[in-house]
Amino acid sequence: MSKINELLAEFQDIARNPKAQLEKYVGEGTKVIGCFPYYTPDELVHAAGMVPFGVWGAEGTINSAKEYFAPFYCTIAQMNLEMGLNGTLDKLSGVIAPSMCDTLRPLTQNFRVAVPQLPFMFLAHPQNRRIPVGVDFTVAQYEKIKNKLEEISGSKITDDKLQASIKVFNQSRAVRRRFIELAGQHPEAVSAVQRSAVLKSAFFMKKEEHTAMLEQLNELLHVLPESGWKGAKIVTSGIIADSAALLSILDENGLAIATDDIAHESRAIRIDVPEHADPMRALALQFAEQDHDPLLYDPEINKRHNFVVDLVKNSGAHGVVILQMQFCDPEELEFPSLKKALDEAGIPFIVLGIDQQMQDFGQARTSIQAFADVLSMKV
Amino acid sequence: MAVENTTEKKPAKVVLREVVDMVYRQAWEAKERGEPIGWSSSKFPAEIAETLGLKVVYPENQAAGIAAKKGGQRMCEHAEAMGFANDICGYARISLAYAAGFEADERAMPQPDFVLCCNNICNCMTKWYENIARMHNIPLIMIDVPYNNDVEVGDDYVAYIKGQFMDAITQLEKISGNKWDEKRFEEVCANANRTAQGWLKACNFLQYTPAPYSGFDLFNNMADVVTARVKPETAAAFEQLIGEYEEMVKEGKTTWKYEENHRIMFEGIPCWPGLQALFKPLKEKGINTTAVVYAPAFGFVYNNLDELCKAYCKAPNSVCLETGVEWREGICRENNVDGILVHYNRSCKPWSGYMPEMERRFRKDLGVPVVGFDGDQADPRNFSDAQYQTRVEGLYELMEQNNPSKGGKA
Repeated sequence: MSKINELLAEFQDIARNPKAQLEKYVGEGTKVIGCFPYYTPDELVHAAGMVPFGVWGAEGTINSAKEYFAPFYCTIAQMNLEMGLNGTLDKLSGVIAPSMCDTLRPLTQNFRVAVPQLPFMFLAHPQNRRIPVGVDFTVAQYEKIKNKLEEISGSKITDDKLQASIKVFNQSRAVRRRFIELAGQHPEAVSAVQRSAVLKSAFFMKKEEHTAMLEQLNELLHVLPESGWKGAKIVTSGIIADSAALLSILDENGLAIATDDIAHESRAIRIDVPEHADPMRALALQFAEQDHDPLLYDPEINKRHNFVVDLVKNSGAHGVVILQMQFCDPEELEFPSLKKALDEAGIPFIVLGIDQQMQDFGQARTSIQAFADVLSMKV
Repeated sequence: MAVENTTEKKPAKVVLREVVDMVYRQAWEAKERGEPIGWSSSKFPAEIAETLGLKVVYPENQAAGIAAKKGGQRMCEHAEAMGFANDICGYARISLAYAAGFEADERAMPQPDFVLCCNNICNCMTKWYENIARMHNIPLIMIDVPYNNDVEVGDDYVAYIKGQFMDAITQLEKISGNKWDEKRFEEVCANANRTAQGWLKACNFLQYTPAPYSGFDLFNNMADVVTARVKPETAAAFEQLIGEYEEMVKEGKTTWKYEENHRIMFEGIPCWPGLQALFKPLKEKGINTTAVVYAPAFGFVYNNLDELCKAYCKAPNSVCLETGVEWREGICRENNVDGILVHYNRSCKPWSGYMPEMERRFRKDLGVPVVGFDGDQADPRNFSDAQYQTRVEGLYELMEQNNPSKGGKA
């Protein structure tokens, strides 16, 4: 097995088994904090000497969460609650739960009352995030999280510690962005399934460990000879794209991911924390700069769909695979504009409805096969 | 143009309807004069546009009106053909179809020159209004009210909302060409408070037994607090309504023409396309609706700008679970309900997302039966009359079992 494959296999093991990671850290005496979607200030968790752990649902079946949610809700939210109720999250020392969509609002309340044993950190993000009062509001919310994290960890988050954590996370983001670029250039070496595992594992690892492994992988990918990939390339767009069953269909059909517009992948790491004497303000300024995301208010109204068109053009992709999370209003409300922009730019796309309870991929397979045929004529 | 000066002869409910008609008529007239027209979310601080003399109409009210007149499905289908998924809020789908040029004679209103978005009700509003602004290439003025996990509204929320309020004034000064007038603002706020107090007082008459009216009437009057709470005509109309209710209570009369065997809270936005269907089994069984959460939810009373900012933080879907429960249990106790009917509204994810836990709390805290049904505020395809009737039947039986005069446990 080549070193590249060894590293990819290691990332895959971690991505497939978050429970083992959680138990490992807790076993080492390190506290772990669950971070729900979207845009949690993970640097604060790190600066408190704990490990931020992404909790973006899981593939599975919803049982107990039905006591709190009717069926017409995003399964990420439902599965987060399910994992709180069935004990999967018991080893966490707390959770940070943002409230920026209409499903996350009730999720915060349901989780808080249904899983009372877990310290709960509510997070309200401002949508008018760039104006001075918006930045101040973010700082105020992050201060609340910081205080609670200090209480949980028993460790003071000093400015120096936070500045150091910001460096660790900026580096992690940079390395992941570089990986996305390299994976797009070398689909012969990194499949869609493997690409997802590399990015997903970052949510379950100490960033220093993930960065060290990923730097090795990036270096190996960087020195590979030019790929000579003859197949079509795509951009994936949506909330999450971590289903190995679904991604393997892309691989089987020779569709390589050039880059992505996925909340769980690139959207989470596009923006670094700027340098600033006050690290709390620096974190708020990072959130202020977040953009091109259906979850966020776009004061300029037209930016996001054009951004996706540019992603396709700049990455050399031939089409877009939109992974539409069932019942996700923000994504659904942005779809007609995205569709129009893609149509006008002559970029082919397909929409695949997904959720985390999905077991039958027959329809997705048929759509992807047909889409691969369409794209093969554009290559 | 004021409401015709024949208010003394007309019952208040007619006057209230005319006030809403006046809002739409004035918007059409302003549009014809070339003035900019705004579309506003129902809980955007209406005080700003009114102070600056801007005419504003309300897509949520329009959508409810279109849905009540059976146009909801048609407009939703237009939106779906445009690419909007069928599980997006029905109001949003209707409104987006109308904004795109599909006509709706059920409640026509002029197309917008600017939009006023406040997401205290829901986050759907943000993308809905961005879409309208995009379609028409017009300015969007956004007042973001983040969801609040605490019972109290903190100073951080007040400072953020006040800052946006001031920004909105600057933006709307440019759009209107008018300067902000603090004295006029005070007058407008006084009108808004007078309306809110009138609304709350009118709602409180449901405490009487028998109630002088059906809670379903409140759904109709809501149009006034949504579209015209800053107008003196609205305050006057509510005061007239209060006078009428006082008379009715004195005489022991009620507009509810049926038995009042039971009194319930109707939880959620009504299914506007199926109001008759909602009403039918209730009237047949003598179940009057004497509590709806809109009573506390639209009673914005404040004394200054900080309090105004706090008031706009208190929408049904922007308050924490505990506040939501307290509002509802308060009116249930005050208005003596003996059962609760919960609408699981397919259009409203935030609202319906709290309801299973609230149901459990209602049962425990109030000791009354609670029954839910599936429906939709605007899309009739999501409502089943048969299921609804069965659920009302079930609620009725449970309330009967609890009825001490019938051997129940009280």
